[in-house]
Amino acid sequence: MTLAMLKPLLAATAEGGGTPTSGGMFDLLIPLIVALPLAGFLLTALIGRRLDRQAHWIPVGIVVVTWAISMLVVYAALTGQAPFGEHGYGVTLFDWIPAGSFNVEAGFFVDNLTACLLIVVTTIGMLVHIYSIGYMSHDPGYWRFFAYLNLFMFSMLLLVLANSWLVVFAGWELVGLSSYLLIGFWYRRRSAALASKKAFIVNRVGDVGFALGIMAIWVNTGPEHTLNIRDSIAQLVRQGDTNTIPLVIVALLIFAGAMGKSAQFPLHVWLPDAMEGPTPVSALIHAATMVNAGVYLVARSNPLFAAAPQALVVVAAIGIFTSILAASIAMTQTDIKRVLAYSTLSQLGYMFAALGAGAFTAAIFHLMTHGFFKGLLFLGSGSVIHAVHDEQDMRRMGGLARKIPHTYRTMLLGSLAIAGIPPLAGFFSKDEILGEAFKLGFTWVWIIGIVVAVMTAFYMFRLMGLTFWGDSRVDPHVEPKIHESPPVMTIPLWILAIPTVGLGAALALPLGDGRLLHWLEPVFEPAMVILHRTHEEYQLFGIDGALIGASVAVATIGMVAAWKLFGVNIAGLIRKRPEPETVRRLSARVPFLYRASLNKWWFDELNDLLFIRIGGRIAAAMWWFDREVIDGTVNGVGSATRLAGTRLSRVQTGRVQNYALGIALGLLVMAGSYLLLAGR
Amino acid sequence: MSQSLDAYLVLSGILFAIGTFGFLARRNAISMLMSIELMLNAVNLAIVAFGAFIPKLATAGSVIALMVIAVAAAEATVGLAIVIAIYRNRKTPLVDEYDAMRR
Repeated sequence: MTLAMLKPLLAATAEGGGTPTSGGMFDLLIPLIVALPLAGFLLTALIGRRLDRQAHWIPVGIVVVTWAISMLVVYAALTGQAPFGEHGYGVTLFDWIPAGSFNVEAGFFVDNLTACLLIVVTTIGMLVHIYSIGYMSHDPGYWRFFAYLNLFMFSMLLLVLANSWLVVFAGWELVGLSSYLLIGFWYRRRSAALASKKAFIVNRVGDVGFALGIMAIWVNTGPEHTLNIRDSIAQLVRQGDTNTIPLVIVALLIFAGAMGKSAQFPLHVWLPDAMEGPTPVSALIHAATMVNAGVYLVARSNPLFAAAPQALVVVAAIGIFTSILAASIAMTQTDIKRVLAYSTLSQLGYMFAALGAGAFTAAIFHLMTHGFFKGLLFLGSGSVIHAVHDEQDMRRMGGLARKIPHTYRTMLLGSLAIAGIPPLAGFFSKDEILGEAFKLGFTWVWIIGIVVAVMTAFYMFRLMGLTFWGDSRVDPHVEPKIHESPPVMTIPLWILAIPTVGLGAALALPLGDGRLLHWLEPVFEPAMVILHRTHEEYQLFGIDGALIGASVAVATIGMVAAWKLFGVNIAGLIRKRPEPETVRRLSARVPFLYRASLNKWWFDELNDLLFIRIGGRIAAAMWWFDREVIDGTVNGVGSATRLAGTRLSRVQTGRVQNYALGIALGLLVMAGSYLLLAGR
Repeated sequence: MSQSLDAYLVLSGILFAIGTFGFLARRNAISMLMSIELMLNAVNLAIVAFGAFIPKLATAGSVIALMVIAVAAAEATVGLAIVIAIYRNRKTPLVDEYDAMRR
């Protein structure tokens, strides 16, 4: 690697290291973003029980304030005002771990990538808080729920804002903890308790990789490094092949952490089960924010991955494989939340595929749009579940469009967005991922991605058809009681509908020269330099136009196929009755695929076999070895000593004469032997 | 005074043997202390005899003998004190009944 190539990278870190010594009011505002939710959590945890049904005031108020502060920071950062400039601004709070020449600082760093994440996390976080006031209104654990939500906000914002690997890791573990607490919120339900445990354990597997990755970075940078994220990455890239631990291994270890948190194959099994938690949690943590942490992490370490191209290929392969795997499962699930969960997996797979292809901007773009429309879809599904009295099975829904119009309309917008119908948000971001993958030579990613796009449109409109259109299959006892959710729930839906419709156009237009591209250019420039990427002219009437056409066409095919099978009725304009018979006939034609999809490709069974049965046997054998051989040796030494002591203690008779005889005999022997030896 | 050193040494050996026998054979703590005194005096006799017969040891023999007398006195004091203390405790002077340390 030549020095000329590295110049922008070095410049970026030099400037990013916080050239401005003081950030004015931002020195206070940035830490406040993290501190406020923590205060909210502590306050609610302490006095929430007494507030009972009023417990939401503190946490919701605090999240609204946090959102306002974040927007201020985001605005300043994205417009490049002082002290942020082009490469961001860092605030150091205190020395966290001062140990001789080694020192870890607790500090925050805001650049344009952080700002993009802040938009998603705080906005959706705030709306979910407000929505929860309605959704959880009858729950006995009302205050506990809000306390946990604030804890999550604190952890997630810490993770996004942190300056150092170790602080990121702390945030990483804290989001895992709050996710565990919230999945198991209804802990009396056995399935919820099991699901939270599963999520926690599977996440640990990835976290081990992440922790090892941080250690590997530390080994490479030398023991006196502060573990600042950008500095350490720049140093690693500069060292290139002279690193103690090869960059590919470091990158893959970091990616292992990302795989756990973002639920990528083979660690994807926890996310669908995580739907046992309350629906606002699914929307916030398991669709819009926490699961994006892995994508953020890889994007944040973009120069590292760019310097290890083999690792990038692995990222792309795992991403696109997860994408098609999850999409295939989503097509047959009957639980409305599970369909959305698998859809989330699939879309996260898209993001990783984009990261792997080197299209970092496209990945973050999809992260943002997906956060909003998937958050909307989850909150919508919560509203549906609320309306039909805690029924999640789509086979017992149907024909809800007229009864819950607000939920229906917003969810329709969300479905159109995720299917990739222009001009909604999902169209722009998904098209950018697929188009970039194709243009960067990842044709296999593009082909699979196109297939996934068909499947996405299909399963989303299958969901819409089963839930909102066709005849009602709702329990007759519940049927008359179906009602639209209160405004505190529908208003967040409509607010989320705004970015679902407009965010894509706002960030991507004009095509090839969009706002987001400019925002993220300084962040991803080092990777682009290392990968020899140049900015190409956008050709609307050339290759880019053709790619757009292809993705819109396949999305339409998937959508129309779902309409044909599961029915449609959009404002009476497009109308079609569902054909359950045809569905049955078609699924009977591919029995293996159908069963595989329905049984989630038997991954739970595989894990059960590998880790519970076989792993259990191995563990039992190890335990036997430990108990019998290792403990046996240790205990053997002890008991042998004790036995010898017991036997030898007979010598001590306690009689003075015996001892005296011993002394006399000893003297005799000594004197006798002296005489014998001296006599010679 | 006999002219032979051997006679003194034989007497000393006999006294020492009697003392040893007494120490090993008697069960009464007081008797055992008396036996010890006997052994010490046997040794003292041997030392004094050596001092008288070997001119080089004339001074040293007397001094060592005096030292042994002093030590013997101290030993007797401490020994008797211990015996009295044990006697008050156990109500017996017989040492084979002092078996609290046995398991």
